[in-house]
Amino acid sequence: MVAARAATRAASPVPALHVHDVTVRFGDALVLDGVRFDLDPGHFLAIVGPNGAGKSTLVKVALGLITPQRGHAAIFGHDAGDAPERIGYVPQLKTFDRTFPATAVELVVSGIRRNWPVRVGQAERARAMAALGDVGAEALADRSLARLSGGELQRAFLARALVREPDLVLLDEPATGVDFLAEHDLYDLLERYQARRGATVAMVTHDLAAARFHASRVLVLNRRLHGYGLPEDVLCDACLQEAFGHVGHRHAVAL
Amino acid sequence: MDGFFEILGFAFMQRALAAGLLVALMSGLLGTFVVQRRLSFLGDGLAHAAFGGMGIGALAVVTFGVLDAGGGWLRHPLWVALPFALLTALGIAYVRDRTDLSSDTAIGVFFAVSVALGVLAFSRIPPDVNLGFNVMDLLFGSILAVRATELTAIAVAAVVVVATLGSVWGRLAYATFDDELARTDGVRARRLEYLLFVLAAIVVAVSAVVVGIVLMAAYLVIPAAAARLWSRSLAGMSARAVAIGMTTTLVGVVASFYLDAPTGSAIILTQAAVFVAAVVLRRR
Ligand SMILES: Nc1ncnc2c1ncn2[C@@H]1O[C@H](COP(=O)(O)OP(=O)(O)OP(=O)(O)O)[C@@H](O)[C@H]1O
Ligand SMILES: [Mg+2]
Repeated sequence: MVAARAATRAASPVPALHVHDVTVRFGDALVLDGVRFDLDPGHFLAIVGPNGAGKSTLVKVALGLITPQRGHAAIFGHDAGDAPERIGYVPQLKTFDRTFPATAVELVVSGIRRNWPVRVGQAERARAMAALGDVGAEALADRSLARLSGGELQRAFLARALVREPDLVLLDEPATGVDFLAEHDLYDLLERYQARRGATVAMVTHDLAAARFHASRVLVLNRRLHGYGLPEDVLCDACLQEAFGHVGHRHAVAL
Repeated sequence: MDGFFEILGFAFMQRALAAGLLVALMSGLLGTFVVQRRLSFLGDGLAHAAFGGMGIGALAVVTFGVLDAGGGWLRHPLWVALPFALLTALGIAYVRDRTDLSSDTAIGVFFAVSVALGVLAFSRIPPDVNLGFNVMDLLFGSILAVRATELTAIAVAAVVVVATLGSVWGRLAYATFDDELARTDGVRARRLEYLLFVLAAIVVAVSAVVVGIVLMAAYLVIPAAAARLWSRSLAGMSARAVAIGMTTTLVGVVASFYLDAPTGSAIILTQAAVFVAAVVLRRR
């Protein structure tokens, strides 16, 4: 009985990320159109597509920040937004409010508490320092966020996402503003975290080479889903031609 | 320092200081969020809404002929000013929430309408009627003429504001840092923003009657702005805003007594001095 149940579970595990027929409109603009896919636990998913393709929107649907007009998303079987403790989210680096008085440690502790700290306790600080250490950012701990560079800020946000030991790490273009060496460290770090925790990673990226090299699944998105599967199958010229309207840099070279 | 304890002997002075310190406490806690959310104009807008509400309230009191019955609780124009400020606050929050207009624009619209209504209402009150307060005091405050009624209202508001902010502080701060991140962690950011506006309306309505519209806006912005320059964390900024607000109130009230200067001016100028010091001395 127990064995049978275990066998069924093994045959069809609850997907880490289940996206069913998701359709999002902003006013008249159809941004996502019937997107559906399942991502099994343990994978490293790269989400690629041109600017304005709806990649960030898809991530926000998964987080429960945007309610789609049609369809739904689930994370480990929970409705989007219902299991925040299992998700570590690194937002697309945006024009962050640099006037907000906070230190990197406080930012990381907010990831533990899911709340902003009035004061940081001893144990929390130790945990936050370990997370900052993992991303090579211990030295930033007591620095004011307003004084961090873009790449340093990105590391602090990464520490904030990982400190809660999430089962699913959702990253929206985490390599933006990070230098080449640090980008290598980033993939290395995510792969180590994944191996240690058996976690799932889903990352929006514009770097097709990195997607090909690091991801176990690739999703090509441009409003509709243009391809989903193994990197070598999906990152083919025809698929990219369809989604991007041109193939990587060859377009430019041909000119 | 003899003189200081001497003037504390006066009942009006005790009430003035108690009212001023409570307003500083509430304003420092709220002002931190107001300043960080770039709502510095909100205090002005709500204080003018309170002015409009006081006008309508005073007109109602006069019209229904209850003035000669004395200054009892139910006859206080505050009963109109408070709901009027609350509605205005909700209106501003709604416009901010539902349109792409900036908060300053939304506040500006309500601001103008409130002043127009207030002036219209006061103009309908015969000049010989004794309202129990001076209309000019509504603008510039009469902290030294705080009656027990107003002090009670301020004390009740202080309890409400401190208790409410205490219970939502972590979530409100999180949403102030980043609305989207807070929402991914289950914080109902939109609801909290409405709550912040409601608290601001309560503080402003009960306080503006005493400290005046001009000083009210200053209380919400200057101590928090000065505190920001000296703080690296939001909690530290809150604590310093309260401390600066209270200290400048003490200094301002005492100075106004000795210099025979308007209390509101004395307090604002003391706050301004601290702000200038913060700008000049802020850590690099
Ligand atoms: N809140 C919003 N209101 C209206 N339109 C929006 C909103 N958010 C996104 N959009 C639109 O939806 C489309 C998809 O946006 P999205 O941010 O998901 O793209 P993206 O694939 O992440 O692009 P990028 O690579 O530039 O980050 C864009 O055309 C954008 O203008
Ligand atoms: Mg994006």
